[in-house]
This record gives sequence, structure tokens and C-alpha cells, in this order.
Amino acid sequence: MLRIDDYIPIVGQGVTDELRFLAERLKGRKIQNINSTAVGGGVAEILTRMIPLLRQIGVDAYWDVIRGNDRFFAITKKLHNALHGVDIEILDDEYDYFLEVNRHNAAEMRHWGDVVFVHDPQPIALVENKQNIGNKWAWRCHIDFTRPQSDVINFLNNYIERYDSAVFSAPAFSRDLSIPQLLICPSIDPLSDKNKDLTTDEIDDVLQTYGIDQDRPIVTQISRFDYLKDPIGVINVYQRVKRYLDCQLVLAGGGATDDPEGMQVLDEVKEAAASDPDIHVLFLPPASDITINALQRASTVVLQKSLKEGFGLTVAEALWKGKPVIASAVGGIPLQIAHKYSGILTYSLEGTAYYLKQLLQEPEYAGKLGANGQEHIRNNFLITRHIRDYLLLFLSMYYEGDVIDS
Amino acid sequence: MTINPFYFKTRLHLVKLLTTKAKNPSELLQGIRIVPVSSIYYHTHRFLRQHHYLSPEPPNDFAFWLTNILYLRELGELFAGVDTVSYKKMEDLRSAFIRILEGYLKRKAPSAECADAYKFHFMSCITFVLPTPYVAKNPEEFMKILDKVSIDSLYFHIFEARMRLERDENDFSAWFKSMGRIKTAQAISNIDPYTITLEGLRRKIISIVSADAAN
Repeated sequence: MLRIDDYIPIVGQGVTDELRFLAERLKGRKIQNINSTAVGGGVAEILTRMIPLLRQIGVDAYWDVIRGNDRFFAITKKLHNALHGVDIEILDDEYDYFLEVNRHNAAEMRHWGDVVFVHDPQPIALVENKQNIGNKWAWRCHIDFTRPQSDVINFLNNYIERYDSAVFSAPAFSRDLSIPQLLICPSIDPLSDKNKDLTTDEIDDVLQTYGIDQDRPIVTQISRFDYLKDPIGVINVYQRVKRYLDCQLVLAGGGATDDPEGMQVLDEVKEAAASDPDIHVLFLPPASDITINALQRASTVVLQKSLKEGFGLTVAEALWKGKPVIASAVGGIPLQIAHKYSGILTYSLEGTAYYLKQLLQEPEYAGKLGANGQEHIRNNFLITRHIRDYLLLFLSMYYEGDVIDS
Repeated sequence: MTINPFYFKTRLHLVKLLTTKAKNPSELLQGIRIVPVSSIYYHTHRFLRQHHYLSPEPPNDFAFWLTNILYLRELGELFAGVDTVSYKKMEDLRSAFIRILEGYLKRKAPSAECADAYKFHFMSCITFVLPTPYVAKNPEEFMKILDKVSIDSLYFHIFEARMRLERDENDFSAWFKSMGRIKTAQAISNIDPYTITLEGLRRKIISIVSADAAN
């Protein structure tokens, strides 16, 4: 099991001391996290790592999962898609059933926390119990909220407004709400398989497995095969650069084999790449974290040319490995990259190709961007910062004003 | 003379999202007029902490957005050029930004508008002030502690104390002044902390105090 002190060599003792100090201020308060799944998905992943760390520093944190049947999760999937802007009709009886399942879960809840921290829309209506229980309630939205379907967001607003605070991952996701809204960005764990240090042998093994030449520049995009990640656009960028500079392109990612669109994108990418042996299209199975880690570490430049993005944590992963990154200025990416300081932000194929040529030909400049990017991630996007922000959020619920001298 | 010990503190921020947004200079002006002063503080100091390892550091958020999103280089430069250190109150700094924008809009200089995805989102922050275990009873101890405290502690006593808590001067200068070490206090006050990395600032202050201790 990971220990909080394992992070000291990465972030310094001052940071872990701060966490313990904040935890001390929360002594006696129970922090209850509630979401809708114990495994799978980003929320479960972060809670799995975070709850034990919180408990180690003395926070009485625990995690409950609401229960629902197939019908409930089919409805919440529709809600999720509608919040992403997909045009879907949700019927009145579906809203009713959604509330019924929430109420049933509330009735079964044995121990409410002093702070009830609800993640995502599935358990959002538990807040109906706030008045009876009288505790502090915060709602954490992990999803892209920029263009939600209006009837769905209106329905959810009835519940969001009853919380004491709402937490979003990017400024663009904030809403017109009467309650305080806080920005807490997601994070990466530097000690996870996807981000931990690898030996040269481990990296070489992966390159050999996939027939990637170590002696020529490697340009990589890690993402699932999805039109919104624009893999065909990435091939176009590579082809524009390849005319002038000998390099290889790696497009690697996973995806569900039962996702027809994903397989269609993969087929199109393979077809576009077929005539060039220097384009490596790697459809990775689940649990390929070490492979992804090695590919990122072996890269000369990492691209993230998404057309739309939630937060885009693959950017943070690449920056953490000290890699120069060229990424589209969408979603949460501009929070991770300050243009020309800690990476490059682009808006077009042409711009991406232009900067890729520049970084491949100016390794010193590229190295400086990568080094700055790594420091930016160390200071702002590691799990220790995420824990700190959550502790501050819980504390903020017990104070008023913008300056809290504790 | 009785010397009061110097208690090193530190600070942490929790970022608040405001609903005010801007897509052009005119909306930026409206926003700067109405947001709480803590938002002006946040947008003029965020980069100092988040990018403290960079030299040169990026300018304030307003300047960065005007230059890199709206491509209004002249206006961006005017914002970057605001001499933040010369302002004692955040409201005065707000007024300076308002004057620049009003002047710019009045003379009908080039303008621009960005797409929704690139709007300027006003934010602010809740500041948590925390004690540290470090206490200095004389300049020698002060130097040793300053060498090892976190960047956040240095940041708190130099920036936060003066601009956020609106004290007359930074905490270090105030302490040296209280000991009658006026030259040292003045030398620390004379540093422009906005044009130096925080690590550079730490070294500079230690060297000033070291010179003082040698005399």
C-alpha cells in the first residue's frame, strides 16, 4: 500500500507536512464520499487511491457507493450524455425513477458524514436529506459541463443549488449558481504504473515489442480511438513534418471492442497509416499502463490534438515525464500548458505542424518546455495537490470570508 | 531593545470560480469593475506561485489573455507593464487596469473578440493562513530559516501580507524596521518581487540580510 511519505522525494516534506496540518484541523469531522461505482472510471480510481492516503494523515474519510439497477444506470447514462450536449429525450417517468432510487439509497444510508461529498450526477438527489441531517454538503462535478442539454441541467440545478458548494474541474464548466463554486483540477499519481519511473530496459522492451526505432525522433499521441481526439489530423500533421524531417509517429490507445464508433475510427486510422511503416498504430488492451508510460518516456515530442477534451490528463502525464507537449487549446489543457512557457498550445493542423517542426529541430528549446512543464505538473497537478484542495474545501465549509487565519 | 521574534507563516489558496466572463476588451473592463477585489489579486498573482520556477515569469492573467488569446499585443503589454509593486492597495491596482482599458477603448484602438471556448473566466481565491514551526529571534536565525521554508511561506510574507492583507510593507521589512535595522528593511522593500523568480527572491533577501549581519 502506498504511504503518504512515499511522495516526499517527489514533492518535498513541506507539502506532506501541510497535508497533516490541514488534516489536524479536520479532526473529529467525518468526511463521507458518495459516488455510484466502486470500480471503473476516473472517480472510483481517484477515490481508491485518495481515501487510504486521507486516512493515513488522520482524516476520518470514508466512501459509500449508491446502489441501482440496470434501469437506473441506463437513465444516468442518458443524463451523462445529455450533460455532454448530446440531444436525448429523458422522460418524466425516468426522472421519477432516478429520484426514487436516490431516495431509496438515502433511506438505507446508515452513517451520514459531517461533510457529505457527493460525486457526479448519479447520487445528486441525496441532498434532499440535507435539512434533516444538517451537515455540510458539497457536490463534485467531474464531467464536461460546457454545453449541457437545458432540460437536464434545469432538473439538476434544483439539486445543485441545495448544496453548500459545487466543485468543477475547469473554469469553463462553471454555471450560473447562487452557491460558491470552486475550481479543483484533477490530478495524476506520480507513483502509479502509468507515471512511475521506468528503467531504460523497461522502455527498450516496449519499443522493441512494437518495432519502434530508438534512433529516430518519436512523435506520440496517446488517446483512445475517437474522432474527438482527431487521430487522422495527427497523421496529417506528421505527414506535413515528415517531408522535411525523418521521424516516426506512434498513435496508441485503448478502447472498448464493443464500441462500434471506436473500432470504425481505428479502421480509418489504420487505413490512413497503411502506406507508411513509420506510423505505428497500437490498439492497446486494458491494463497497459506500463506500456503507455514507456511510450511517453521514449517520445521526442508528445501531441494531444483533441478537438474537444474534458480535462485531458494525458497532457499532464506527458509533461510529468519532462516531454515537450503540443496540444490543442481545448477543455482543461490551457490550465496545464502556458503557451511557450510549459508547452505549446495550437488551434489548427497547420499550427501543430509548424511547432512540431520547430521542436524537433530545436531540442534545447523543446527540453526547456519539457522541464518547465514537469515543474508545473509537480506544483499543480499531482495527487498531493488534489488532496490538499479537498482538505481546504472541507475546511472552507466551516469558515466565512476570503481570508481564513487558522 | 526587546526583539519580537519573527513567526514564519504560510498560506494556501482554494480557487473560487466566479460567473463573470469576458470575450473582448469591453467585457474585460466590465468584469474588472465588478468582481471582488480578491479576483484582481488572484489574476495578478497566480502566475507567481504556479510558475515560480520560470524566468522570466509570465505576466498577469489579464496581460496573458489579451496577448495570447485576443492577440492585442499593445494592450497586453500595457497590462504586463503595470508596476504592481508600486501599488499598496488592490483597489488602486484595479483602478489602474480600468484606466488602461478605458483609455484604450476611448481611442478606438484595435479590438478583438474570442470564441466562447477562449473567454476570460474571472476567478478569485480563499486564502488560508497557516502557522509554521519556524521562529527567528535574530537575523542569523532568520537567514537559516528563510533558506529552508517553503516557497509559500516566502510568498505569504512578501506578496500576500502587503497586497492581500494590505499591510503597509512586506513582513520581513517590517520586522527588520522594528529592530532598528532600517537599511536592511529598506533594501528588502526596494526589491521588485514581480520580476524575479521566488527562488531568486529568496537568495536576494538572504544576501541582503547576510550583508547586514556582517556589518
